[in-house]
Amino acid sequence: MAIFVDQNTKVIVQGLTGGQGRFHGLRNKAYGTQVVGGVTPGKAGQDVEGIPVFDSVADAVAATGANASFIAVPPKAAPAAILEAARAGIGFVVCITEGVPAQDEARVFATLQRDYPATRLLGPNCPGIISPGKCNIGITAGEIAQLPSASGPNVGIVSRSGTLTYQALYELKQQGIGVSTCVGIGGDPVPGTSFVDCLAQFQADPETHAIIMIGEIGGSAEEEAAEFITNHVTKPMSAYIAGVTAPAGKKMGHAGAIVSGGKGTAQGKMDALRAAGVQIGLNPTEAGILMAEIVRTIRS
Amino acid sequence: MDLFEYQGKQYFAQYNIPVSAGGVATTVDEAVAIALTAKYPVVVKAQVQVGGRGKAGGIKLANDEAEVRLHAKNILGMDIKGHVVKRVWVEHASDIAEEYYASFTLDRAAKQHLLMLSAQGGVEIEDVAAKDPTAIVKLHINPIDGISLATAHRACVDAKIPAKALDGVADMLVKLYNCFTQGDCDLAEINPLILKPTGEIHALDAKVSLDVNASFRHPEWAEYAATEELDAREQLAREKNLQYIGLDGSVGIIANGAGLAMSTLDVVNQVGGSAANFLDIGGGANAELMTAALEVINSDPKVKSILINIFGGITRGEEVAKGIVEAVKRVALRAPIVIRLDGTNADEGRKILADAGIPESQLTSRPTMLEAARAAVEMAK
Repeated sequence: MAIFVDQNTKVIVQGLTGGQGRFHGLRNKAYGTQVVGGVTPGKAGQDVEGIPVFDSVADAVAATGANASFIAVPPKAAPAAILEAARAGIGFVVCITEGVPAQDEARVFATLQRDYPATRLLGPNCPGIISPGKCNIGITAGEIAQLPSASGPNVGIVSRSGTLTYQALYELKQQGIGVSTCVGIGGDPVPGTSFVDCLAQFQADPETHAIIMIGEIGGSAEEEAAEFITNHVTKPMSAYIAGVTAPAGKKMGHAGAIVSGGKGTAQGKMDALRAAGVQIGLNPTEAGILMAEIVRTIRS
Repeated sequence: MDLFEYQGKQYFAQYNIPVSAGGVATTVDEAVAIALTAKYPVVVKAQVQVGGRGKAGGIKLANDEAEVRLHAKNILGMDIKGHVVKRVWVEHASDIAEEYYASFTLDRAAKQHLLMLSAQGGVEIEDVAAKDPTAIVKLHINPIDGISLATAHRACVDAKIPAKALDGVADMLVKLYNCFTQGDCDLAEINPLILKPTGEIHALDAKVSLDVNASFRHPEWAEYAATEELDAREQLAREKNLQYIGLDGSVGIIANGAGLAMSTLDVVNQVGGSAANFLDIGGGANAELMTAALEVINSDPKVKSILINIFGGITRGEEVAKGIVEAVKRVALRAPIVIRLDGTNADEGRKILADAGIPESQLTSRPTMLEAARAAVEMAK
């Protein structure tokens, strides 16, 4: 088991013939992901190293039976690409595009919620998702993910930050701890998938025994996660929140990472998670070490 | 990107939101000329992006040319909480019967737009919220439905906007919402929104924050970017297309990824140091990017040591190392570098750094974030 994607996930890449889509799409395929097609309007009939290209998502789905999409198109085109995937019946959409306007994100999210409730969007501006050994969609380097062990315990990872996601994967690999699924939800103001969505899935996944969460300043997603953890998550967790020293009113790289009006501080988020029973590391390595201790306790 | 009041008012005007006749001045003579057109009495207002202008003496009423000269002279160049006033906005003084508050933002938790409306305007909305939360109406608006005039009307009734102002405020809310959505604002706020004795509704102030991700469909924003107040380091970083934020400490930071850069600041702080900046060079970390990053850091006289924190995901360690070596050769650095290089092919990368022939006093490598931060903080002392 894993969450959201596994060995049966069939992926198309929207923007496969572009630079990013080609690079990452081929890497995902090389990892073992079933990359069954690509979509670029006007380029039907072509192929990218054997992967067939279609004019529309609907054509690609009809020909390949794809159930997931990897969107690697520019910010201008991303909102329409997401909705096209949803219209074609794609159930899981990963959008790595950075720089989508917040107004577009809000409209896309509301449209999915109302018209396409069966479609889940991950991102935009996220690194993607990997269920090690089964499926990798996005820009994560598959080599740094430890395969889950059949006997467990395995850890689920959910993170708002790309590089810190890799850092978490790496820390667990160093400790020889298997990963069930690693989800990068992205750092934008309106992410399609939230911490809470992932925590609910990890809690229900029999292959996941513990969870690492990596948050950052801005918004209230971590506080909402803390409330959900208190009421619904029984699996042990460790967490790290980036941005303790971030000054108020400055966007720290991610469009969503900003402390404003005294809200969204790292301290407030850490306090909320600690109160929910989550062990807090003061840096990513510490969160990894705390997780190693959790795993040792489960093993014994 | 936060707009100055005068830019916010010009932006509002594009969406038919009534604002006072006026103009922006950088000299006393300009202020006098604008006052003449706007008609006396006028208000001379300091253009700074910080609250408390009025208390600091940055907003003055002027009844004639002599008073405009006096106030413009005093306000231009004034320091308000560390912000030096470069421009004043001069507008016709409005008669005020009542003051209200209206704003639209994105509520990230609800993933919907949020209208905040109050019949108690003119003061900080946080103060109203603290004193009497019931005085503020908060209404979520689904981004695909938008706000109708009928909904705006209901919100006005709920906020106890008096009957004589109802139609005007409701109409204003629809216009402000259009400005917020079509204008790609993160925040569109009017405080105070005034009712004049004549019955008209009017925006007396404008607080607008724009979503820079939407710049591609707003070529007109280029002029706002030009007036943004950046320090010299931030200006240089912008020219080089780097995600940089200037801070006050002594350890220069370079990292790949926003999260890792933020995390690096935290770890430096944790071991007793302070960061001079936030700098995310993104995933690539090639020689050009690294050179640009080092040049920006090098321009900061406060920097005593430089901490480069790179986690190789897709970018392999040896490529990152080659980039760093190349950059170090190109830039005449004033401070020593500590590197933490980890991730894919980190061992090969570290070997390249060690074999590059760069003296230890100039470049050292540490295997973990924590150790690298300790070394950098020690060197900065």
